[in-house]
Amino acid sequence: MNRVVITGMGIYSVLGKNLADVKDSLYHGKSGIILDHKRKELGFRSALTGMVERPVLKGVLDRRMRVGMPVQGEYAYMATLEALRNAGIDQDFLNRNEVGILYGNDSSALPVVESVDILRKEKDTMLIGSGYIFQSMNSTVSMNLSVIFRLRGINFTVSGACASGSHAIGIGYLLIKDGLQDMIICGGAQEINPESTASFDALNAFSLRESEPAKASRPFDRDRDGLVPSGGAASIIIESYESAKKRGANILAEVAGYGFSSNGEHISLPNIDGPARAMQQSLKAAGMSSAEIDYINAHATSTPAGDGNEAQAIFQVFGKDMPLVSSTKSMTGHEMWMGGASEIVYSTLMMNNNFIAPNINFENPDPATECLNLATVMTPHEINAFLSNSFGFGGTNSSLIVRKASF
Amino acid sequence: MQNDEIINKINQLLVDEIEIDANKINPAADLKKDLEIDSLDFVDLFVIIERNFGVKMKAEEMTEIKSLQDFYNYIIKRVSSN
Repeated sequence: MNRVVITGMGIYSVLGKNLADVKDSLYHGKSGIILDHKRKELGFRSALTGMVERPVLKGVLDRRMRVGMPVQGEYAYMATLEALRNAGIDQDFLNRNEVGILYGNDSSALPVVESVDILRKEKDTMLIGSGYIFQSMNSTVSMNLSVIFRLRGINFTVSGACASGSHAIGIGYLLIKDGLQDMIICGGAQEINPESTASFDALNAFSLRESEPAKASRPFDRDRDGLVPSGGAASIIIESYESAKKRGANILAEVAGYGFSSNGEHISLPNIDGPARAMQQSLKAAGMSSAEIDYINAHATSTPAGDGNEAQAIFQVFGKDMPLVSSTKSMTGHEMWMGGASEIVYSTLMMNNNFIAPNINFENPDPATECLNLATVMTPHEINAFLSNSFGFGGTNSSLIVRKASF
Repeated sequence: MQNDEIINKINQLLVDEIEIDANKINPAADLKKDLEIDSLDFVDLFVIIERNFGVKMKAEEMTEIKSLQDFYNYIIKRVSSN
């Protein structure tokens, strides 16, 4: 069995467009939430959203590479470019080695809407153009990045709702651990636009605290009233320890365990048992005890039911060994398909810089969340290992454990 | 629209929209071999031509169009018959 290490990270997020800026935002507890007035005009209940500007890739990538890429693909390109540079990998290395990609993505709504709008108006498919088919498919991110970076290893998208990015890393970890691949670009991407979140807004799941955008996402707080949709992309380079050693790579961390489960119950309401089993399985896979986890990056999205159940699941697994907990979604909002990957990047930045980012906006616990040991302000703290939770619709659960590399 | 205007407009669209190197544009250029317009680019070219000249093209009509001059001739003929 191979040990699996992280040798590169890249991020394009509402907290910043690169690792240095994001680390700074995490440290200072900066919110990336804004009010998007266009959503109000469209009839949204909540106009709150995370926001990051679209990268300008004209002059960077040729037309054929750009035309099939939706906005989340562009975010993912930026994050992957940074991750590869961070890992010391150039195009020549990618040309000479079998490198794969497993990316989390679970929608590409805007190009679907735009292309069908053209069809309905023009009544002629020939006026849709060549790009929309490649932009519209769920696999758009892995499809585009594998061509741009000329990847020759495993190549597909993982769609696991709001745990997509986490499962992508988990599957990549299993493949490398079993010796089936030496290096994989893993990550998660999430489009930011009204078209992709309108039907989610219809579920009454979004925060209505529009008067205070930066205070709207308040995981575990008594007065939380819903999540805030967000987006961007995060990439990590994972490889076998042998591969990293052979090329003299700087090892940032080790992926130590992956746990997964399904609730087998409601399509949208989370439970306690499923997440608890995923966390227990990740500890078992890592060969670690609950006392060895120094920090939990919670899935907590700021919904009344979800945060309460996760708090209870964490308490069930960790009990007296309860480590410090925070949800970076208090700052980012819910990055959905991206979140499982970005939260590995956020937490690894914290681990390697000895601090825990604050769970901002937490003021009062409620009976379900008072069992947690929350980091409500930036907390200097040595982290040797952390656990990151990601859960999604359909009751899919993923828990990853990452620890400091020691070989 | 005069023929020169049509030709200049096509050249400008090829450079601006399809991002073909302006130095490669000449009437004798082979669309596929010299200008490297592939089957996907043609799909976008059809959209661009329709928007700019009101001419709807079909993929099967492209089989006879090899050079840029052939393409100019085709568009000029279609525009004048509209």
